[in-house]
Amino acid sequence: MSAALLETHALCKSFGALEVARSIDFRLEAGARRALIGPNGAGKTTFVNLLSGVLQPSGGRVLLAGEDVTRLAQATRVKRGIARTFQINQLFRGLTVLENVCIAVAERLGAGGGMWRPAGRRTEVVEEATRLIRRLRLEADAGRRVAELPYGRQRLVEIAIALGLHPRVLLLDEPAAGIPSAESHVLLEAIASLPQDIAVLIIEHDMDLVFRFAQRITVLVSGAILAEGSPAEIAANREVRAVYLGSALDA
Amino acid sequence: MDLISTLLGGLASGMVLFIVSVGLSVTMGLMGFVNLAHGGFAMLGGYAIVLSMRHWGLSFPAALALGFAAVAALSVVLERALYARLYRASELDQVLFTIGLVFVMIATVTLAVGPESQRVLLPAWLDGQTDLGFLRYRSYSLALIACGTLLMLALWLGFERTRIGARIRAAVDNRRMAESLGVDVGRLFTFTFALGSGLAAVGGGLGAEILGLDPQYPLRYLAYFLIVVAVGGLGRVTGVFFAALLIGVLDFVLKVEFPKGGTMFIYALTLAFLLARPQGMFGKRGA
Amino acid sequence: MSAPLPAVRELAVRHRLQWWEALPWAAGLAAFVAFPNYLAFGTQVLVTILFALSLDLVLGYAGIVTLGHAAFFGAGAYTVGMLAAHLGWTEPLSGLLAAALVAGAVGLLSGWVLLRTHGLTLLMLTLCTMALLEQAANMFSSWTGGFDGMPSLSFKPILGAFDFDVLFFRTQYLYALAVLLLCFVLVRVLVFSPFGRSLTGIRENLLRMHAVGAPVRARQVLAYAISAALAGVAGAVFVQATGYVNLAVLGLERAAGVLIILILGGYGRLYGAFVGAIVYMVLEHTLSKAYPTAWQLGLGLTLMLVALYAHNGILGLGDAVRRRWSAR
Repeated sequence: MSAALLETHALCKSFGALEVARSIDFRLEAGARRALIGPNGAGKTTFVNLLSGVLQPSGGRVLLAGEDVTRLAQATRVKRGIARTFQINQLFRGLTVLENVCIAVAERLGAGGGMWRPAGRRTEVVEEATRLIRRLRLEADAGRRVAELPYGRQRLVEIAIALGLHPRVLLLDEPAAGIPSAESHVLLEAIASLPQDIAVLIIEHDMDLVFRFAQRITVLVSGAILAEGSPAEIAANREVRAVYLGSALDA
Repeated sequence: MDLISTLLGGLASGMVLFIVSVGLSVTMGLMGFVNLAHGGFAMLGGYAIVLSMRHWGLSFPAALALGFAAVAALSVVLERALYARLYRASELDQVLFTIGLVFVMIATVTLAVGPESQRVLLPAWLDGQTDLGFLRYRSYSLALIACGTLLMLALWLGFERTRIGARIRAAVDNRRMAESLGVDVGRLFTFTFALGSGLAAVGGGLGAEILGLDPQYPLRYLAYFLIVVAVGGLGRVTGVFFAALLIGVLDFVLKVEFPKGGTMFIYALTLAFLLARPQGMFGKRGA
Repeated sequence: MSAPLPAVRELAVRHRLQWWEALPWAAGLAAFVAFPNYLAFGTQVLVTILFALSLDLVLGYAGIVTLGHAAFFGAGAYTVGMLAAHLGWTEPLSGLLAAALVAGAVGLLSGWVLLRTHGLTLLMLTLCTMALLEQAANMFSSWTGGFDGMPSLSFKPILGAFDFDVLFFRTQYLYALAVLLLCFVLVRVLVFSPFGRSLTGIRENLLRMHAVGAPVRARQVLAYAISAALAGVAGAVFVQATGYVNLAVLGLERAAGVLIILILGGYGRLYGAFVGAIVYMVLEHTLSKAYPTAWQLGLGLTLMLVALYAHNGILGLGDAVRRRWSAR
C-alpha cells in the first residue's frame, strides 16, 4: 500500500445537533483515481469542504503528505497542494476567461502580488494560461467575459483554474454537472491526461463517468463511509445497492 | 444622588435610542439591508407628532398614535415601491439610495416647516417632577423609562409567543430555510419594516425633549443608531435594548465628565467591542 | 507553438495609454488659463479628485465599503498642520511625504485590525475609527486647535522657488495638479498590475480568491494602506493650499461626500473620480449657495435614481448608452 498523500483521522463536523461528518477515516494515495459517491445529503460536499479548508472540523484531523493541515486556512492548503472545484461555479464573472485563468496561474507562480509590471505583460503567466485554455478547448472563448458563457463552458473554466494551480491533490465536486453530453469528452480527456502522480477525488452522480474514471470508489452515506472498494466490488455490494444504486445496475 | 440622577438621565435617552433603533435592528437582521434613512422616519414621526399637537390640538397619546400610523403607512409605500427593488443590489447601492432618501426627507422638512428646532408641548400630567422618595426627578424621563421597558417586554413577548414573531425569528436566523418552509418573507418584511418605522416615529416624538428635533436629526444620530444596532446584534430585541441603554448612559456620563470629545470613548469602546464580538451582544456567529 | 490568441494580444496592450487620457490634464491646464479667478475653487476640485481616487482604489477595486475614509484625509491634513504650527516645519514637499507616511501608517494599522470583519460590522468600524479620530482631535485641542482648528498656516515656497499665492491660488492650483498627476500615475500602474487584478478578483469573488491560494487579507490591508496614504496626500495638499485645518477634515460630511462623488462618477473606473468630483462640485458651487435646501433635495433624488437605475454612475451610464448605440 503506497503512502497516503491525503488522509483524515476521525474527522467530525456538526452544525449544532446535526452531524454531517461522523468520524471519517479516509486515505488517498498519490496517483489515486477515486470517486466519492452517495445519496443527496450524504455530506460529500461537506467532506470536500473539510478537506480543502472551507470548513473547520469539530473534531479529527486532516493530513497532507503526513503533515497536519487541520488548522490551516483554505489559501494555505492551496499553496501546499490541495486544489478543488466547486459544485456551483465560483468564477470571476466580470472578467474574461483568460484573465480568470491568469489570476490562478499568477498566484501559483507567486506573481499575484506584483505591483509594477502590467499583468498582461507577464508572459510566463499568460503562456501557461493559454496552454490550459487550449487543453480545455476554450480558445474561442478566451477573450469573452465568463458571465456571457453558457454554464457548461463556465464549468470548464472552473476546471482550468484548478489545473492551473498544479495541485498534488485535486478535488472535483461534480465536475460534469451542467456540461452537455456533447462536450463531456473534453472533460474526460482533461482528467485522463492529468499527471500520474497527483491524487484525484471526484464527487459525481453520473455513474457512467464514475465507472470509467475510478480505480476505487468510496461510498458516503449520512456523513459516514459505508463502503470502499474497486468499482466491481462496489457494484456488487448489497448495502450500497440498497441505499444508493437501486436498480440502475440491473438494467 | 448626582450619580442616580445622571443614571436616570442616561437611561431615559437610552430608551429613546432603543425605541428608534429596534426597528432598524430587526429589518437589517431580516433583510440584510443597510437602511441609513431609518433616522429619517424617526424625524418625520417627530414632526408629525409635534405639528399635529400644535395645529390640530391632538392630545399627546393621540398624536403618538397618529405619528405611528402615518409613518408606518408611508414606509409601506416606500418599501413596496422602492426599497424592494434593491434587496438584491450591492451594499453600495443600498447605502447610496438610503443616503439620497434621507437627504430628500431632510430637505422636504426644511422646506415645509423650516430649519428651526421643534419643541414638544408636554401634557400637564407628564410635565414637572415626580417624588421617588429618595429623589425628585423629571416625570417625563421616568415615564420614558417605564414605557421603554414595557415596549421591550411587549416586543419580546411578541417575538417569542406569537406565530408571526416565530416566523420573523426564523427568517432572521436563516432566510432561505424559512422560505423553503413556506414563510412569505416578502410580506413579513413589509410588516416588520412598517412596525419598525412606526416605532421609530414614536421614538422621534417621545425623544424630542431629550434628543431634540430638527431637520438634521437623522444625520446627527445616525452613528448612534448604527452603533446600537451593531453592538446589540442584528435582529435581537433584547440586544438592542441593552446596547441602547448602555450607549445612552455612557453618552450622558461622558458629556458631563468630558464635555470636549468625551464621546471619543463611545467610539473606542464600540470599536473594541465589535472587534472582540463582531456579531454583537446577542447576534449569531458567522453572520 | 501556435499563434497567440487574440485575447492574449488584447491583454498585453490593455494598459497602454489611450489618446483621450491626455484630455483631463489638458483640460486642467486650459482651466488654469481660462478661469484665473476660480483657481481657489479649482484647487479644491483637484484635491477632491485625488481623495476620490484614493477611495476608488479601496472601494472600486478592492470592494471594501467604507464610510470613514476621511480619517486618512484628516490624518494627512493634521500631520501637515501640526508640523507647521508646532515644529515650524513648513517645507511643502517633505510635508507631503510625512502626511503620506502617517496616513499610510494609520491605514495599515486600522486595516489590519478592521478587515477581519465585513458587511455592516466593517462599515460601522470604519465609521467609528473616523469618529474616534475626530473626537480625539477635538479633545487634544492644545495639539490640534480643537474645534476652531489651526488657521493662518503658511508654507515655504515649493522647491524653494514657487511661492504660495494667497490671492489668486496660481501656485496652489498647479501644485495640486502636479501632485494629482503623480498620484494618478501611481494608481494607474497599480490597477493594471497583478496586484490590482487580484484586488478586482477579491471584489468579484472572495471565495474563489481564497481557493486559488491568494493571501486575501494581506492584499486588502495593503490596498487599504496605500489608499490611506493617498488620501493623506490629498489632505496635506488641502491644508498647504488653504493654510487652514479644522475638524471638518475628519467629519462624516467629508467622508459621505467623497463616497457620493465617487459613486456618482463611477467606481472601479479610475476616471470616475474625475467625472464625479467635477460634476458634483461645479453643481454644488453654483446651486447650493443660491438654493441650499433645493440643492439637497435635488441631490437626494439624484442619488436615489442613480442607485435604482444607473449602475455605476455617469461613466456606467455612458457605457450603457454607447452599447445601445453600437447595437443599432
